[in-house]
Amino acid sequence: MDLERHEYDVVVVGAGGAGLRAAIEASESGARTAVVCKSLLGKAHTVMAEGGIAAAMANLYPEDNWRVHFRDTMRGGKMLNHWRMAQLHAQEAPDRVRELEDWGALFDRTPDGLISQRDFGGHRYARLAHVGDRTGLELIRTLQQRTVALGIDVYMECTVTRLLTDADGITGAFGYWRESGRFVAWQAPSVVLATGGIGKSYKVTSNSWEYTGDGHSLALQAGATLVNMEFVQFHPTGMVWPPSVRGILVTESVRGDGGVLRNSAGNRFMFDYIPDFFRKETAETEEEADRWYDDKRNNRRPPELLPRDEVARAINSEVKAGRGTPHGGVFLDIASRRSAEYIRKRLPSMYHQFRELAEVDITAEAMEVGPTCHYVMGGVEVDPDTQAARVPGLFAAGEVAGGMHGSNRLGGNSLSDLLVFGRRAGLAAAEHALQRTGRIALDDDALADAGRAALAPFEREGGENPYTVQHDLQQTMHDLVGIIRTAPEVQQALERIAALRQRVADLSVEGHRQYNPGWHLALDLPHMLLVSECIAKAALEREESRGGHTRDDFPATDAEWARTNLVCSRAPDGSVALTRQPLPQMPHELAEIFEEVPA
Amino acid sequence: MTYDATFRVWRGDAGGGDLQTFTVAVNEGEVVLDVIHRLQATQVGDLAVRWNCKAGKCGSCSAEVNGRPRLMCMTRMSTFGEDETVTVTPMRTFPVIRDLVTDVSFNYTKAAQIPAFTPRPRDEDGNHRVQQVDVERSQEFRKCIECYLCQDTCHVIRDHEENKAVFAGPRFLIRLAELDMHPLDVRDRRGAAQDEFGLGYCNITKCCTEVCPEGIHLTDNGIIPLKERVVDRRYDPLTWLGSKIGRRPRQ
Repeated sequence: MDLERHEYDVVVVGAGGAGLRAAIEASESGARTAVVCKSLLGKAHTVMAEGGIAAAMANLYPEDNWRVHFRDTMRGGKMLNHWRMAQLHAQEAPDRVRELEDWGALFDRTPDGLISQRDFGGHRYARLAHVGDRTGLELIRTLQQRTVALGIDVYMECTVTRLLTDADGITGAFGYWRESGRFVAWQAPSVVLATGGIGKSYKVTSNSWEYTGDGHSLALQAGATLVNMEFVQFHPTGMVWPPSVRGILVTESVRGDGGVLRNSAGNRFMFDYIPDFFRKETAETEEEADRWYDDKRNNRRPPELLPRDEVARAINSEVKAGRGTPHGGVFLDIASRRSAEYIRKRLPSMYHQFRELAEVDITAEAMEVGPTCHYVMGGVEVDPDTQAARVPGLFAAGEVAGGMHGSNRLGGNSLSDLLVFGRRAGLAAAEHALQRTGRIALDDDALADAGRAALAPFEREGGENPYTVQHDLQQTMHDLVGIIRTAPEVQQALERIAALRQRVADLSVEGHRQYNPGWHLALDLPHMLLVSECIAKAALEREESRGGHTRDDFPATDAEWARTNLVCSRAPDGSVALTRQPLPQMPHELAEIFEEVPA
Repeated sequence: MTYDATFRVWRGDAGGGDLQTFTVAVNEGEVVLDVIHRLQATQVGDLAVRWNCKAGKCGSCSAEVNGRPRLMCMTRMSTFGEDETVTVTPMRTFPVIRDLVTDVSFNYTKAAQIPAFTPRPRDEDGNHRVQQVDVERSQEFRKCIECYLCQDTCHVIRDHEENKAVFAGPRFLIRLAELDMHPLDVRDRRGAAQDEFGLGYCNITKCCTEVCPEGIHLTDNGIIPLKERVVDRRYDPLTWLGSKIGRRPRQ
């Protein structure tokens, strides 16, 4: 087999915020570091992030500190978050934001010249460091330029299809160049997965083609475990019209900056959907909600800024009750509440996006929005301090890692997650590599097997087209394991996934190995199916509703499930095994925070 | 609202290729990229195209639509007549890899040559203090999504392969302008802009500004001010004297 070979200390898979931050840290720790990414450098999904980076810098509200941020994060995740990750995240996020400035990032400023911070759902204080509504672009560009300045090797448009292991853990990775279709292997004692999420298994999603769950699947196949996979976040506000843009994200900043949700009757319906869990901290009247933007001390948060799971379910209910817009969403109105100049200044990308794609002027009329699959809270089970998975030498950071966000992620906590845990993963991966003595080698049989598997779709003739199979998987997950779930529907999804697995095993692709998207999709599909199976199995097992998992047949939260995580692993026969695992016990000094901070 | 459109799409590789004609369905509200995706899913599974966000934010799906450099995800089908043939070709400035995908490594090579951001020290409390008005000038250039349409349209390199060695193209001239105007950066890149990145080759025809999907005023706000600053430095008699007597070496 024709195979290009490389040797590194640390190989980072993925070049979004987490991957680049990990690579920077590994490189600065003295490790020979490579980044492998499916797209061109600078195009990763992080670029789509709009609102900002959550960090308790207290630039606008001196009352803010890591303890408040920790509390907001845990409550937003309905207390299922790994407490230690939530703690580290809240403590370290401000430093991670400040160091971006040393690498060239240019955030919007407060009148004092400090980094400005904006309001978002579930955060008690204005806390998101931002650049208009294109914060993700600023983050990726800053990290990209830092990566280039450090001279880190980047393998662009290169896809990893296997992790390689021996009895002692990770030995490297195997993949192919998209451009040529040729194979490449990296020998390395440490691999950091930073591959993002799984949204492409759903029909309506804000995620790009890259979000095929390949990191989740690679980890599982290498012997690692996944936690909290039943929790999938549907962002409340995606575009719904025209159909071709359905699912494209409408940033939460629209609501953070004063936008409100209305149904077809013109009612601000979120006041009807305030759960008891958040009642004490949520405004009861429109007047109080409107005062909050300027006076957070004496007023409570508008219900439009409840955590995302609450808002998404509310929109879903309004549309189901027949109070939706002509195109099956609800109205998101900022035009009647803020000046055109303010909207264009604060939300330039949204203004542009709606004008260009929907012919809607958001400074003059309301947007039509509805839920869109946005983020998976579940992911590789990791040690909170090092991001180490159960396989020695394997690390995971960012969306592909689990635990940090519990059952629901707060807006703005993703970009800070990437930075805090990207750095920690890079550091630990470098340490692991530098400590591992003795030679590692790539197993020739494993390499040959990986090559054969990758070429299999070309060997078969007359099979199905990969695009058709992907479409059917997306429809299945959308219809049966979506925002509202029931046992019979999820069971039906599992049956369909089993049938789809057979169809994937039989499909064939046309053309040759050079830049062939049909072939690439054929290799992504097994990952998408494996992750979809994990989501469905966990969703069936958890008989309660919490965060991003809503069971129509078990609508309440359950005290026993509040103490239980679900962990997926790969059984010897290749199927997904599910085990219940007790939640890690929060130490007393952190538990106290939930009493000391006023709601 | 569905109709059948005629698409002509360039297919081929570095060895050559040609325009192939397809009849393909178009639905209400769709953009050119949707139609290309439908071709992939239903007629030519191996049609090569780059894309990521499909929302004008990542700058991956650059191509030439009816001869104009455009993002396919932001080119609405409603801008064409139903009986109008839509022709999609790869960016001409860069070598073709396959179909609509080009080799844009030129841009990554130039990016790596630009002297890195060099900040002044932080204030004593660990923060940087800058005013909003001072960050806005560079922020305009940091809106760049690196779609490279400006590089594609720039006639200095579009039809003159030999200029690529000495001219970085508009994207990197505004990167230099961004750093030059950056309130925290302390490095002087004016000499490099002229000598290494070919600032002088730009004769401000503003084609780059016209095709920028982010509406960045590359020429007026970036390249022209940078040219003026380079001229200031070169003809500043003190700088000239300093460089002659060796106390302020040219950077």
